[in-house]
Amino acid sequence: MKLTLNVWRQASANRAGSFVTYEVSGITPDMSFLEMLDVLNEDLLTKGEAPVAFEHDCREGICGSCGFLVNGKAHGGHKGTTICQLAMRFFKDGDSLTLEPWRAKAFPVIRDLVVDRSSFDRIIQSGGFITVPTGSAPNANAILVPKENSDTAFDAAACIGCGACVAACPNASAMLFTSAKITHLNVLPQGQPQRDQRSLNMVAAMKEEMFGTCTNHGECEAVCPKEIPLEFIGKMNRDLARAVFKRRREPIPVSPLVQEAMQK
Amino acid sequence: MKLVNPANRRKHSIIVVGSGLAGASAAATLGQQGYHVHCFTYHDSPRRAHSIAAQGGINAAKNYRNDGDSVQRLFYDTVKGGDFRSREANVYRLAEISVNIIDQCVAQGVPFAREYGGLLDTRSFGGVQVQRTFYARGQTGQQLLLGAYQALEEQIAAGNVRMHTRCEMLDVVMVGGRARGIITRDLLTGKIDAHAADVVALCTGGYSNVFFLSTNAMACNTSAIWRAHRRGALFANPCFTQIHPTCIPQSSEHQSKLTLMSESLRNDGRVWVPKTKGDNRPPNQIPEGERDYYLERRYPSFGNLAPRDIASRAAKEVCDEGRGVGPGGRGVYLDFGDAIRRLGEENVREKYGNLFDIYEEITGDDAYKSPMRIYPAPHYTMGGLWVDYDLMSTLPGLFVGGEANFSDHGANRLGASALMQGLADGYFVLPATIPNYLASNKFDKVDTSNPAFAQVKAEVTERLQKLLSIKGKRTPDSFHRELGTLMWNNCGMARSEKSLTEALQRIPALRDEFWNNLSMVGTNEELNQSLEKANRISDFMELAELMCLDALERKESCGGHFRIESQTPDGEAQRDDEHFSYAAAWEWTGTGKNWAVQKEPLTFEEVHLAQRSYK
Repeated sequence: MKLTLNVWRQASANRAGSFVTYEVSGITPDMSFLEMLDVLNEDLLTKGEAPVAFEHDCREGICGSCGFLVNGKAHGGHKGTTICQLAMRFFKDGDSLTLEPWRAKAFPVIRDLVVDRSSFDRIIQSGGFITVPTGSAPNANAILVPKENSDTAFDAAACIGCGACVAACPNASAMLFTSAKITHLNVLPQGQPQRDQRSLNMVAAMKEEMFGTCTNHGECEAVCPKEIPLEFIGKMNRDLARAVFKRRREPIPVSPLVQEAMQK
Repeated sequence: MKLVNPANRRKHSIIVVGSGLAGASAAATLGQQGYHVHCFTYHDSPRRAHSIAAQGGINAAKNYRNDGDSVQRLFYDTVKGGDFRSREANVYRLAEISVNIIDQCVAQGVPFAREYGGLLDTRSFGGVQVQRTFYARGQTGQQLLLGAYQALEEQIAAGNVRMHTRCEMLDVVMVGGRARGIITRDLLTGKIDAHAADVVALCTGGYSNVFFLSTNAMACNTSAIWRAHRRGALFANPCFTQIHPTCIPQSSEHQSKLTLMSESLRNDGRVWVPKTKGDNRPPNQIPEGERDYYLERRYPSFGNLAPRDIASRAAKEVCDEGRGVGPGGRGVYLDFGDAIRRLGEENVREKYGNLFDIYEEITGDDAYKSPMRIYPAPHYTMGGLWVDYDLMSTLPGLFVGGEANFSDHGANRLGASALMQGLADGYFVLPATIPNYLASNKFDKVDTSNPAFAQVKAEVTERLQKLLSIKGKRTPDSFHRELGTLMWNNCGMARSEKSLTEALQRIPALRDEFWNNLSMVGTNEELNQSLEKANRISDFMELAELMCLDALERKESCGGHFRIESQTPDGEAQRDDEHFSYAAAWEWTGTGKNWAVQKEPLTFEEVHLAQRSYK
């Protein structure tokens, strides 16, 4: 197959970018989308041009490194699939594809298709954990978890932190990501002691990072490679209401380290 | 074990390189204890480390099933599984700690699979006859890593751990005979930086990517441990590599990596090939009587759950006989037909759904309808930097955890033991042995103004500049592919004196070509993914030679190291305990020069040495 690629090229964060058109040939249906880009990059390297920078690592859809828009759709728009797992058999000879990075204020472009998603880490820092210093845990089977809660926790914990939900959202909201972590931990008995604090802090951190709010478009659920359901956002909102109602405490101050990183 | 007073802990700084299971758990735990920790990763976030891709599970001697498990049994299985080439004491400690790991992870909120009563579920893995493997669907590594990552992020927010993302370690700095820091490259700006600390821990994973095609992530590399090796750390058993039996076969020339299908599938899947050579019928049309379930036939007591090295070799043998299936005849069937009839499709989906989905995404085939096609692929490396019982390398102050060290798995790792070892090292061993080291030694104040840092920094910069200045014709990938093919053919599933001698001649020539004909674009002072790649390949080029040398010197077969000259009459690995019951620890003497070897004898007090049998 032969394809025409319109790729966003941007040398660095503070330089202007633009689309550049490339032709790639010799693409076979069993290649993955990123292997197709490997072909392009090998070609560019041989010609002495800078290869297209894109993030990728495990190439089996679990590390969450990869992700960009193909014709405006995050991860190429195939249900439950990351771009690294998307096979070229879904494309036709002569297709013209536009590749651009995630677009969101909270995800500044670093180079070409690479963006900075460290805002996600800072949301986790604000409360996406259960405090249990190593060695202090009780016997594993001392904590009974109903299977359905355990399954819900797993469904939420399956999030790979790729950022597609933000890229697909017209408001660049990180609510699917944040609600997935809140649901994962808040549904488990182990997560109860810090439940309200977690909900308040993570929602606050999300706003601090300049992510937008949810207006129920549902685009995030549609593109999520792990098919995290929209209902978790509802769950998060209920948990937030519960925390505010109980007024157990105000959001704890964001740690100076996080503040410093946010100012950068 | 000596202790450090809580008030004194914050005076000590610790560098942890790598943020996978071992690195993240060590950094988080040391941070909790009150040390000043710096953690480094070349990823954009610690959550991306390749531990995340582990599928099947994690072993622990909990004996929740009441099926005869115990610490002693896990210890014995691991020593036997490693074909009696691991250090007894380390393995025993690992088995003891295994139970605490599960407790820790459950308390963190890791959503392990559960029974309807709310208790934890377990399943079987290869090489054992008990059900001791805890799992979270087919994404156990992801869930365990997220647990460690969350603990790490909590410590980062608390200011106990300083995280350095997109920052690759390129060398170790020795001051006064001790490891006192590292040199890193900022992957966005190319800035070469020096970092000083009292102790350095490398948790940087394995080196299967020396084969180019492996189940490792694209960026997995040997550079951190290799650069430490070049500074004097001994490298032990480099030829002990694990070829995993159940991976999706290579389909095209352009393939960039291989995808694992978890070993857990062998709980219910049955492995077979047609009985007759060249039988090209679709699998569903081959009647039961004309199928050879070769693992069940050859190893009736362990059947499809024979250990990885044995299952891989058996697959290679039937394919070499011409009975392989699929393009090129390099594949065997993993069939769920019986399991679906017995359990129903819904139950099979519940257990393995995500694996079937991955399979379908990659191959386009529905494994509920027709069997999967699988073939062995490089997956894990048991070899690594030599460490003592405290996980300290031969460089004082340089500790090594997880897959990067050599200690626990001998010549073959059992399934679901990598997660166990990574977390044992990170949560429990390093946080005990590093403080002991800190308390046992006096630490002069050393900062990056020490001339040793400037010198190593200059050497690192020079090497990068050299790579950028070659201006040859071949891309980094083309060299990596050639090296990988050579290693797979000559130092892969079967090795011989002839193949290894040949490889030892060809590798230096290829390395020369690499340093003279590499094409590189761009500069150091930018995000330059080709430069990162070339720099890592330059280390694989040296490691490959040592792997072949080690494989050549070890004239016995053991575990994943199969020398065709040394096999039993029925084709199993034939150990030679009289001559090779040791760990080979190699000392660097300079590029292109021969390594010097030191042998650590392996003595077995608890386990009776025997020919490993799974029949």
